[in-house]
Amino acid sequence: MKAAPFAYRRAESLEEALDLLATHGAEAKLIAGGQSLVPMMAMRLARPALLVDINRLPGLKGVAFGPQRAVIGATTRQRDLELDAALQRAVPLLPAALAWVGHVQTRNRGTLGGSLAHADPSAELPLAAAVLDATLVLRSRDGGERRLPAREFFLAPMVTAAREQECLTAIEWPIWDGPGVACAFEEVAIRHGDFAIASAACQIQCDAEGRCRRAAFGLGGVAGTPLVFPDLARQLIGRHITDALAREVAQAAAARTEPGSDTHADAEYRRHLAAVLLRRALLRAGAAPARAAA
Amino acid sequence: MTPKPEPITVEIIVNGTPRRAVVEPRTTLVDFLRDHLGLTGTHVGCEHGICGACSVLLEGEAVRACCLFAVQADGLSVTTVEGLAPARGALSRLQDAFCEAHALQCGYCTPGMLIACHDLLSRNPRPSEAEIREAIAGNLCRCTGYQQIVEAVMLASGQEVAHV
Repeated sequence: MKAAPFAYRRAESLEEALDLLATHGAEAKLIAGGQSLVPMMAMRLARPALLVDINRLPGLKGVAFGPQRAVIGATTRQRDLELDAALQRAVPLLPAALAWVGHVQTRNRGTLGGSLAHADPSAELPLAAAVLDATLVLRSRDGGERRLPAREFFLAPMVTAAREQECLTAIEWPIWDGPGVACAFEEVAIRHGDFAIASAACQIQCDAEGRCRRAAFGLGGVAGTPLVFPDLARQLIGRHITDALAREVAQAAAARTEPGSDTHADAEYRRHLAAVLLRRALLRAGAAPARAAA
Repeated sequence: MTPKPEPITVEIIVNGTPRRAVVEPRTTLVDFLRDHLGLTGTHVGCEHGICGACSVLLEGEAVRACCLFAVQADGLSVTTVEGLAPARGALSRLQDAFCEAHALQCGYCTPGMLIACHDLLSRNPRPSEAEIREAIAGNLCRCTGYQQIVEAVMLASGQEVAHV
């Protein structure tokens, strides 16, 4: 379980990294935290000829807040985001998802952009990005900057719309203005920190009477990409999120999943979990603002 | 034109001492510590980030040394299990508590467990049992002796332990 030989370059600037990608194409691979890539290289599922290390580039790290969005550098550590109190208030779903990602040792090293670029269909951060419809900012030497909504970025398991010569530089997360925003992330995995057998995420905003004003939710681990359901989310608007409503919407969402079967769970069980977890998530997030307002 | 995988000189500060070596880029940090420096206290288990046996502190934070190439740690400081004790032949308070609470059986996971628990106590001097369990969730004990490990951390942090 050793990686195949490769050449290594630590980029001194983003321009240098983009130049190496443009020159070497599919033979080159970016590395930052390496918590997905290094295991894949150890198992020889990935065999890049050149690793371009962007971990120490200062311009790709940190969180900046605008009026309606939080802009997070692609190589910002998962652990730093988890502990960021301002982010907790601005984009509550992101820290909620991070609590389910790996372990302290992997979150100390793993980055937000790395998890999104890796695009495991069971991973939590791609699901959070799809639910909130974050915007991914990509840069390349010859193409300049390109911006893609998360819902168009994930194409298939471990396949994204990023081109070989592109580097994910930042992710923009919408901030939901006003009171009554709550979120929930639910998951079943073999052990906490493992990839999800199924997961559900939602962010809901309710008015003072507990009626839903805004809602977004999705499912992970039950298709080749994270799934989101904007049409079903619209059905929640103006209504109290009762058990009956949550159940109805969750079952409609689960019916659209296309789960695979493996040694841990068959497709039918994954679909069942999807409905249960989404119902739970909707109820938890839907009830929270009502309690707070009461 | 495929770039050649040429060896690279790295200098990593290990337990306070700068250590220079020429490594292949594919050499993991744990192989560097064990094979190049002879520091065999850090164990190699799964080699793909699942078991936590290879945990070390990188710039003071617990990471998996199998999921990091030595070249990535160039110029940074690493603390291994050999660096936890205050002096040669002595034990840290946490290490002593592991002995007291019988927190090791075969010892395979112990270096990683010590690093994970040391990391926890450095940020949180009086962790709850749940916090201890969360901190060691990424470390697999082949003997399943988790209860005594939790008790050792309680003991090391000066808290009541029911069974010791």
